[in-house]
Amino acid sequence: MCAVTERSHPTFLRDRYNEASRRLRVAGSVHYPRHSVISLKKVAKSFGDAAAVEDLDLEIAAQETTVLIGPSGCGKSTLLRMMLGLLPPTSGQVCFQGEPVTPLTSASLRQRLGYVIQGGGLFPHLTAEGNVTLLARHLGRDADWIQARVVELANTARLDEALLQRYPLEMSGGQQQRVALMRALMLDPDVLLLDEPLGALDPIVRAELQEDLRHAFRSLGKTVVLVTHDLMEARYFADSIVLMQAGRMLQIGTYEDLVERPAAPFVTRFVSAQRPAFASGASA
Amino acid sequence: MKWLRSRAALAAISVLALTLVPLSKRVDGFRVGSKKFTESVVLGEAVTLMARNAGVPVLHARELGGTRVLFEALKSGSIDVYAEYTGTIAEEILAGSQPSDRSPSPAADLEPMRTALQRLGIGLSEPLGFNNGYGIGMLEERARELRIETLSDLASHPDLALGFSSEFMDRADGWPALRQAYGLPQPNVAGMDHDLAYRQLTSGEIDGVDVYTTDADIEYYGLRVLEDDRAHFPRYDAVLLYRLDLATRAPELLASILRLEGTLDERSMRAMNAKARLERIPESQVAGSFLEDTLSIDMGDARDAGTKSVGARIWRRTLEHLQLVRLSFVLAVLIGLPLGVLAAKASRLGAVILGVVGVIQTIPALALLVLLIQPVAALGLPSVGAGSVAAIAALFLYSLLPIVRNTCDGLRSLSPDLQESARALGLPASSRLLSIELPLASRTILAGLKTALVLNIGFATLGALIGAGGYGQPILTGIRLDDHGLILEGAVPAAAMALAAQALFSVLDRVWIPKGLRLANPA
Repeated sequence: MCAVTERSHPTFLRDRYNEASRRLRVAGSVHYPRHSVISLKKVAKSFGDAAAVEDLDLEIAAQETTVLIGPSGCGKSTLLRMMLGLLPPTSGQVCFQGEPVTPLTSASLRQRLGYVIQGGGLFPHLTAEGNVTLLARHLGRDADWIQARVVELANTARLDEALLQRYPLEMSGGQQQRVALMRALMLDPDVLLLDEPLGALDPIVRAELQEDLRHAFRSLGKTVVLVTHDLMEARYFADSIVLMQAGRMLQIGTYEDLVERPAAPFVTRFVSAQRPAFASGASA
Repeated sequence: MKWLRSRAALAAISVLALTLVPLSKRVDGFRVGSKKFTESVVLGEAVTLMARNAGVPVLHARELGGTRVLFEALKSGSIDVYAEYTGTIAEEILAGSQPSDRSPSPAADLEPMRTALQRLGIGLSEPLGFNNGYGIGMLEERARELRIETLSDLASHPDLALGFSSEFMDRADGWPALRQAYGLPQPNVAGMDHDLAYRQLTSGEIDGVDVYTTDADIEYYGLRVLEDDRAHFPRYDAVLLYRLDLATRAPELLASILRLEGTLDERSMRAMNAKARLERIPESQVAGSFLEDTLSIDMGDARDAGTKSVGARIWRRTLEHLQLVRLSFVLAVLIGLPLGVLAAKASRLGAVILGVVGVIQTIPALALLVLLIQPVAALGLPSVGAGSVAAIAALFLYSLLPIVRNTCDGLRSLSPDLQESARALGLPASSRLLSIELPLASRTILAGLKTALVLNIGFATLGALIGAGGYGQPILTGIRLDDHGLILEGAVPAAAMALAAQALFSVLDRVWIPKGLRLANPA
């Protein structure tokens, strides 16, 4: 079973965390999670013979934004899908708020998780509002409540209410992402999972949405797990960054940890490849 | 769900409208059947007229098909009477159930046959008078010249050239048996197409052909049918087969139709066939004139009851055709959609479903129709004639493939991103299917329905092969009479109905394909 790990009985977690930290040579700034919402224990996933994720332990801290980063194919999206229960791990266990995520429980658990995929994944046959309210209507929520919630979320996601009656194909990429965020937040989930939410957007829209997303995360106080391959984006959002390569976790820490205390040569390579030229110039 | 709920009502209403609205009023009364060749139709008309003359309401289910179809229909009560031949009864209907006597002598030995039929609840009349068996025909002039009257006479003319249909050449009871029975010496015997044989006969290249003894062509070409003086050929005496319960249900009808016994010799039958086939006089009139002349019966209105205006005929065929199409199509949709979903969701079972449905499609239509007659009749459902459940079942089976395959393809080809979004949302599988997957696949599914309906309308013309009516009926009759006008009378409305179905679907597309999807592809 998964233990709900809190400050009041932290020994087991802290030991393991410390061990992991030592292994990853994360120095200094490790902050112990007050409360772990998602925990992965010895989780591995392989597709046929190819290992996508190998033997990985990770705790996602409550009300923080954790960013999974790494090059394409490093296993970050696979990891996110396992947290959602969309993919069952080949071995190991995923727990959500203390409950194991299994094929049986995953559907109901998913209603407590909000998920935004790259490109939004909006259903083209439903209007923006139809997309946002689909699950609430399925669960038989009160129409007035739904209406009020939609207005509130449009505000949070900074989406013009007039756009709510449009179909996804009548909206820009950025607008679609805002709607996808609203849909993910509709039932006020404890955790928000985002897979490359800004990946398909042009730079200006991206910058705008990035700001609005962070605003939303902070104001809502949600636990957020975000997948990206962009280090600057990770830096912008993250309380802690999980850097992955080839199915393994190389380092957990802040951006500064990665830059100043890299746990492996790849971390340095990854960081220097993505740091803007002016930043490296400034630090030199 | 809104997409679904608003349209579910619409769907329910259309299904009800499609299936429940009566298209043709149920005909009460008795039904006469006929096979799909002219003589049988003429006899059917004669029986019908006799029944009407007795004041009993009857319907002539024309050109129902072949022996099997007619006999099954009679047994199951779909028809009450039809004209058959003693040879056929012995060889095909009762084959195996009684010691085969290949050549029942004329009128003498009907008793064993009658007893065997009685066990099936079927009565056998006395012969109507003519024998429609195999015969050898020569041009009258040539026969007179050579003084040939009987088959025995052929023996003394070894240099005669003969041209026989390939069936007659090959059948054991055809040429090989005939040659043996009469000791015929002719070495110059060729197998050839029947029409070609007639042409060669008239041009003098051959001297004799095989004929059916009441064939209209005998009259047309002026042939002498040589007398079978050794009674070699099996007898095909025309008789009526009727349901024995007619004796209690409609004694006056039975009495009236049995007046036909012994009234029709070969010459009169041949003349009637010629009038119907060569002069294209409607069978009802041919039969009517004969009955007036021979039995001095005043047919009056009865004779005209069969002839209707072209418009009225087409309208009736349209209703019959719609009847076949709507029932089979609605059934195919109701069964095909769930099968398609199942096929998409369960990959192994899906392969089986698609395989079976695909194989059904490869069964030839006629075979499928005939195969279905017996099981349908066994269930006590009307197997042949208007409203034939066998025809509807066959059309249903043919309509399944496009529906099942498109539903399956539509669901399988949904974007993985959208499927993942739906799963990640936490919707249960049933809601995902109804609210997301089916609407997203609606374009492909509707395309499948459209294909199924258009195919169904075309296939339904084949229903006429077992008397189910519809546009196939004039096509069949037209082929039989070589009447192109009649063929078009069926083919043109059938094509028009298929086009109307296409048009209907372009409207349905607007209603059923969600607006958000139509934005993507305005075509």
